Amino acid sequence: MVDVTHYLVLSTIVFSIGVVGVLTRRNVIIILMSIELMLNSVNLNLVAFSDRLQDPSGQVFAVFVITVAAAEAAVGLGIIIALFRNKETVNVDEIDLMRG
Amino acid sequence: MEATLFYILATMLVVFAILTVTAANPVRSAVFLISALLSMAGFFFLLEAEFVGAVQILVYVGGIMVLFLFVIMLVSVREVEGQRRANRQWKTALVLGIVLSFELVFFVVQGAEVFSADTIDQQFLNLDSQTGNTETVGGLLYSTYLLPFEIASVLLLVAMIAAVVLTQKRL
Repeated sequence: MVDVTHYLVLSTIVFSIGVVGVLTRRNVIIILMSIELMLNSVNLNLVAFSDRLQDPSGQVFAVFVITVAAAEAAVGLGIIIALFRNKETVNVDEIDLMRG
Repeated sequence: MEATLFYILATMLVVFAILTVTAANPVRSAVFLISALLSMAGFFFLLEAEFVGAVQILVYVGGIMVLFLFVIMLVSVREVEGQRRANRQWKTALVLGIVLSFELVFFVVQGAEVFSADTIDQQFLNLDSQTGNTETVGGLLYSTYLLPFEIASVLLLVAMIAAVVLTQKRL
């Protein structure tokens, strides 16, 4: 029997890896993938507590998180395509349209 | 048995997550992310959440990641290899990420006894073991969580329209 704390620590580590990915990478596609990683680590928490408390509500919320992730990926990738068509780059530090 | 599987899957997940974040080529990064998501699905099966595990594989690996790979093919095929992969603030960001990680692990370990077996109120233990996992989740989805379910469907419709509008020729 694996304690729920193990799952919490694991999802914390994966979340932090996602945060580092968002903060350090230049390629906007990889940044979006790091966000997916962070959303997934939250799902691990929800399912682990669902198993711990024997309450399936956590799994329902995990399904909702997956839904929101799908919507977010569709809109984010649409923005990336529109951006690439206009600016010819996917590097975030070259996209400075709002800089004064 | 369960502990062995947990540690194997945890090692796979962390290694693939690090490779996702550090890979130079976006295609490789996407493939590593697919492997990480599959390890995560393994955790869901381990936690007896078969429905979420199946949805994870079908929607994430089969849908979202294929979409990512398509966009990578459309957008950034040429000369990504030679470019810098990290931005200028990467040292500060790495330190902050490690600090965040230690902070979160510290608080989880500090609060570990709250989650341990004897402190959890027995009134929470209300899972009906007669029905299967998919049936239980489906029943909850269409009764208690009916309104969030409908809102999620509207959200998906909005996202679909937004993606179509954003990728038009003249924006």
